[in-house]
Amino acid sequence: MSISKEEVQHVAKLARLTLTPEETTSFTQQLNQILDYAEALKELDTDGVKPMSHPMPEHNRMREDQVIPSIERELALANAPEQEEGMFKVPPVFKG
Amino acid sequence: MSLLSKSVHEIHNGLKKGEFSARELTQASIDRIQAVDQEVQAFLHLDEEGAVQRAEEIDKQIAAGKQLSMLTAIPMGIKDNICTKDLFTTCGSQILANYKAIYNATVIEKLDKVGANLIGKTNMDEFAMGSSTENSSFFPTKNPWDLKRVPGGSSGGSAAAVAAGEVCFALGSDTGGSIRQPASFCGVVGLKPTYGRVSRFGLVAFASSLDQIGPLTNTVDDAAVILEAIQGYDDRDNTSATIAPTSYRDSLTGDIKGLRVGVPKEMMGSGIDETVREQIKGALTQLEKMGAVIDEVSLPHSQYAVATYYLIAPAEASSNLARFDGVRYGVRREGIDLIDLYHETRSQGFGDEVKRRVMLGTYALSSGYYDAYYRKAQQARTLISQDFEAIFADYDVVIGPTAPTTAFALGEQIDDPLTMYINDVCTIPVNLAGLPAISLPCGMANGLPVGLQIIGKAFDEATILRVAHAYEQESASIGKPVIGGVSA
Repeated sequence: MSISKEEVQHVAKLARLTLTPEETTSFTQQLNQILDYAEALKELDTDGVKPMSHPMPEHNRMREDQVIPSIERELALANAPEQEEGMFKVPPVFKG
Repeated sequence: MSLLSKSVHEIHNGLKKGEFSARELTQASIDRIQAVDQEVQAFLHLDEEGAVQRAEEIDKQIAAGKQLSMLTAIPMGIKDNICTKDLFTTCGSQILANYKAIYNATVIEKLDKVGANLIGKTNMDEFAMGSSTENSSFFPTKNPWDLKRVPGGSSGGSAAAVAAGEVCFALGSDTGGSIRQPASFCGVVGLKPTYGRVSRFGLVAFASSLDQIGPLTNTVDDAAVILEAIQGYDDRDNTSATIAPTSYRDSLTGDIKGLRVGVPKEMMGSGIDETVREQIKGALTQLEKMGAVIDEVSLPHSQYAVATYYLIAPAEASSNLARFDGVRYGVRREGIDLIDLYHETRSQGFGDEVKRRVMLGTYALSSGYYDAYYRKAQQARTLISQDFEAIFADYDVVIGPTAPTTAFALGEQIDDPLTMYINDVCTIPVNLAGLPAISLPCGMANGLPVGLQIIGKAFDEATILRVAHAYEQESASIGKPVIGGVSA
């Protein structure tokens, strides 16, 4: 299986990255090299093997449903590139 | 020898006896950094003012008769992906170049409480992605043993800072070898605890099912001291283990008679440099003389570990790094609309290796490829983990090299991502299985340190520390690197 330049551009778009033509070429070549290497997994017989998502036995930990203090608004906004009236400010989402 | 190259225990005693003050100890660290860090470049940011203030406060408390804890006033470096309140926490990335954490990581709270003194934040591969610290978007760190070589990575700044005698210990994070491999390259001790032993709250996430914080130190005893200080359940990290804290220093008895050691043949094969293999064999002979029983064992699926890791870790990273979008923190790059702002912010803010892994992960998780790549890798992870379980039914520890080579030259591998990934062939299986492992110096090859890796059962750090300590006591010290004519 190999990944084409078009697929690399599609994946970049999904990941919210813009690639220059040079980057598209070099990333396509490098990703193919890595995916070729990963092809080795294909030869592994994994029939009936449970996928492992975590090193610890999985279980949800619930806490009491109580109101507890969290980050203060001012602190949460301390690193905001832009803010207004106590909120994060972004450019228009919908075209008008 | 730099005061900071002494063990925590020795410095603690010096402080207690009044041989030097906390202020003088802190100044020794700052002076050493002034003297050598222009060359080593281990630090991204320093907090000299805060460090001096804390030291003066400690001296007042000492004068007032306050009992010292083992870590009181001990100068430390912290990897720059661990949140330190009001201080820069950049993860070695341009996208966080202006970011100051608004809270302390749990490990920082714990170290604060026992009085350890934060001197500065250490350099790293961007978002901990790399094995040489050359992927830092600020500058590469140099290996104190040879300034033309890499310190390893991604915790290269932390390893170099300890090796160069700039701080007494440092914290790093280990996702696929990022504490152990730089420890090996820089000739210091590096411990990756069992997954869940140490809270990850405040560690900027790379691959959440693999990341673990741990210490880089001058001695094995120091690693035990630091682990005792930072371990424990944390209700702010749902993956932290509810297991009771352990006292590790009690197990440093020097006695390893009857210890059952498995040496995987896959870790001693042709992929490992001859010179490295020789040092490991020498260490095994030493352990045998001390009463250990050594057998060859097999990790039959370890050959798939690097491929498995480079699907799972990027998949988790692609999700974790989605938060860096220029909205809530970090460096924003303007766009004509919100989507464009995301694209500009991320394309200009992330370096090549981060982009590569985010795309690889996005691809592995995307529809049509999920089963072939991500699910398959998760199944391989089960098999790799079971390999260890089978060995640990009969053995106490698994021992091999930490890295297949000694430190390589700056620039040597940077253009070849796959070759760089193979550096982690001996360390990655341990993260996939969630086990604890320690790297400690076991001699030199061509003037560079070689690291011995001791892997333990889950939550059995006590045994790997005991074995590492016993070996350290019986083996010749590799000494300290000389920088600018002065020994660390």
